[in-house]
Amino acid sequence: MPYLYNTPEDQRAMLEAIGAGSIDELFDPIPRELKLARLLDLPPALSEMELDRHFCELSSRNRPAGEAVCFLGGGCYDHFVPAVVDAVAGRSEFYTSYTPYQAEASQGNLQVVLEYQSLIARLTGMDISNASLYDGASAAAEAVLMATNATRRHGKIVVPESLHPEYRTTIATYLENLETEIVTLDTPSGVIDPDQLAEVVDQDVAAVVLQQPNFFGCLEDAERIAQITQEAGALVITVFDPLSLGILKRPGDYGTNIAVAEGHTLGTPMSYGGPFLGIMACDKSLVRRMPGRIAGKTVDRRGNDCYVLTMQTREQHIRREKATSNVCTNQGLFALRATVYLSQLGPQGLRETALLCLQKSHYAAEQLCEQQRFSLAFAAPTFKEFVIRDAENRVEELLKSSLSNGFLAGVPLGQWYPNLSDCFLVAVTEKRTKEEIDALVCSLASASVSADGHVGASH
Amino acid sequence: MKNTQDTHTIFELSHPGRRAARLPACDVPEREITELLPETAIADEPPALPELSEPAVIRHFINLSTQNMSVDTHFYPLGSCTMKYNPKRNERAAAMPGFADLHPYQPAETLQGMFHVLYEMQQYLQEISGLEACSLQPAAGAHGELTALLVAAAYFRDIGEQRTKVLVPDNAHGTNPASAAMGGFEAVTIKTTADGFVDMQDLAAKLDDQLAVLMITNPSTLGLFEPNMQAIADQVHAQGGLIYLDGANMNAILGIARPGDFGADMQHYNPHKTFSGPHGGGGPGAGPICVTEKLAPYLPAPVVRKDGERYFLDFEMPRSIGRVRAFFANVGVLLRAYAYIRTHGPDGLRRISEHAVLNANYLLSRVKHILPVPQGNRCMHEFVASASDIKHQKNVSAMDIAKRLLDFGYHAPTVYFPLTVPEAIMIEPTETESKETLDAFAETLFRVTEEDADLLHDAPHSTAISRPDEVRAARQPVLSFPG
Repeated sequence: MPYLYNTPEDQRAMLEAIGAGSIDELFDPIPRELKLARLLDLPPALSEMELDRHFCELSSRNRPAGEAVCFLGGGCYDHFVPAVVDAVAGRSEFYTSYTPYQAEASQGNLQVVLEYQSLIARLTGMDISNASLYDGASAAAEAVLMATNATRRHGKIVVPESLHPEYRTTIATYLENLETEIVTLDTPSGVIDPDQLAEVVDQDVAAVVLQQPNFFGCLEDAERIAQITQEAGALVITVFDPLSLGILKRPGDYGTNIAVAEGHTLGTPMSYGGPFLGIMACDKSLVRRMPGRIAGKTVDRRGNDCYVLTMQTREQHIRREKATSNVCTNQGLFALRATVYLSQLGPQGLRETALLCLQKSHYAAEQLCEQQRFSLAFAAPTFKEFVIRDAENRVEELLKSSLSNGFLAGVPLGQWYPNLSDCFLVAVTEKRTKEEIDALVCSLASASVSADGHVGASH
Repeated sequence: MKNTQDTHTIFELSHPGRRAARLPACDVPEREITELLPETAIADEPPALPELSEPAVIRHFINLSTQNMSVDTHFYPLGSCTMKYNPKRNERAAAMPGFADLHPYQPAETLQGMFHVLYEMQQYLQEISGLEACSLQPAAGAHGELTALLVAAAYFRDIGEQRTKVLVPDNAHGTNPASAAMGGFEAVTIKTTADGFVDMQDLAAKLDDQLAVLMITNPSTLGLFEPNMQAIADQVHAQGGLIYLDGANMNAILGIARPGDFGADMQHYNPHKTFSGPHGGGGPGAGPICVTEKLAPYLPAPVVRKDGERYFLDFEMPRSIGRVRAFFANVGVLLRAYAYIRTHGPDGLRRISEHAVLNANYLLSRVKHILPVPQGNRCMHEFVASASDIKHQKNVSAMDIAKRLLDFGYHAPTVYFPLTVPEAIMIEPTETESKETLDAFAETLFRVTEEDADLLHDAPHSTAISRPDEVRAARQPVLSFPG
């Protein structure tokens, strides 16, 4: 066994010290009838070389971004990860350490967490960030629970259809066994209609969840939505795109009370959707209701500045069933990656990244819409993603055909929105080149569907 | 060697005009920003991020890394956390672009290698737990607890029973009662006896038709296998309730006993503990759950299924609770766990638990002569010593001992948990430590207990900082660096 030390001599000496005749005897406390009388039915052990070969073989059965040009979005994006991020996150002292409970042995991790919290506060324009949560969707669900507790309004929350459908399902699952009802606002124009919102936000509503830019890539009228929400005494929860804040107004600028995000875009690869980074930041007044770990600055006995995990009376290991949440893990390694990423990009780098997404996605949308077959499904302004409507209503065939040309061209929307089954979502990050965009347009334009439904692509 | 620059913050290192990242020039025709975005949506200025050169970024963070203890650099006997060696081959496997650069909404035909791993993981975890169905979706152990409780709630709703109570022993992890509360249940504590086992009388008094789930950690947080496990399961099941096994301590029983065989209806795994995923300074983890056949329809969707040779995601689960996060799962952690299970095979997995238990018992045999271990002479994968006597004798606390151990290059054990043992010092050596390391640790522990009390009260002496003022941190919170 590759990771064990004990030789037969060690074992003998250790058993003797214990006063046991065999290792089996150590398991005597387990009643015999509860023990497994056979070996587990698992494949036999592999050497490192065999394991490596096995993984290479499995990996070759996938088609990652890089082998196909990725225009997929919907909450996970093919953004660039600078080499410094891997260099830092690959340090054993970071990735093989535990949660920094022992402050004296964890000042590196703790300073990183406080730098992370500071960067997220600056990025979002919010007062306080926590040390991170599991992912964007569960962070949104935690924000909803936080809002119902803070407002003492357990009646309703309002969620628009323009919020990521998997975030909506996650919120619904978290609320399923609680009393709070979800009011879903339809968004036929791709964005929330503020007048319609005003009609549903009443004294029972704890929060409105707004995504900016939303799942369709469209910009919501965040300022008006926030105003309407707060006039009704409800909290504004904003799901934001961290990279968009290189150019867009910050959630704190328009009155957000709790800002949450999927933060993998800050230096963590797509990894088939996880593990990711749940970002959460809030108003000062809500900090004691915030879930998850929080680092703070204090002094040590010699009077020197130092860092600790703090405000732990919110947390499950102290408060048990009265805790603000059951969250125990944070995504320390990805908070580190985000901290390095933001330090590496700086204000100008973040702005340029956002501008490249903006310009390239608009170029792609324009080029596609020059084809008679395609149009933008929604008129609202967009940041890096947009929804294309296919006049021929053959989205599945279209995407299949472009895959055979080497493009992951878009995410079909019919799986979540039956009335958008003729639409797909296209994301264009800073990594995409004009050449790739032009080739995508060419591929989608040339995908032809013959009368018998046979898909062909002339290229 | 300590670098005196390493205490600057990233903001103090910032210098206007410096920059590390250079982006490529825009290669598409550029439009005015105000043509593309409404002016009300555009930020007045770029975010107030620090400005650094790339070498400064690297020096800063690498220097910070040197202020951490870690498994790769130190013995880390942190009870309940299973701080075992994190194999490097797993890291390499998970980082392959063929896995790391996959988008969650790619078509199934471009994901067959990934689905193979995930499908097999579902099977392996079911086999190891002795349960019939698996969801890989939860993102952490506590998330798995919550998910399983929501599964239980959906099951009871479906069979038309309204059950409100979740029973949790008083020595359980704090996540158990917190998860119960979040799931909409009332968490009710059951006592444990002085021996550290479930108090059967207290259990009997609290068993009724309101019981939804009994959450049990077995082996327990005291490192003991619950001797009445069968009776507990029988009594709970007789009341129509379900047993949830907190799988935090699976490292003790891999291939030796299976939760499904000893009465559990549901369990979570901590692959970042049991299956060697690195802890990452506090995450990521993963929290896959396994359940019995009758609970399978309620699992989060989707799960991976196989049709002939083809794998696919099955969303057709009408009774599913829904989902508890976006996308499929924390696959990066699961890939490492898969690599770990494949590296060991059935004999190897059993061997892991055998040596985890051997190491823990060996260390116990040495430590019990230094500090009392109230719950006995033997343990499973971990044990809990008490500094209660030394506290009375010379006013040295568990915390003092923990802090002093740092001076000798040992990460501190878990202290003050479980709450049922006064001045608890919870020690879990794991299987990936040598006899020499355990001997040296025991000798150091002995030396520390012999030291002058004042020396211990002021410990640690050699770390970058001395003990932090935690009261001040909480009362006068400074939660970000000033702008």
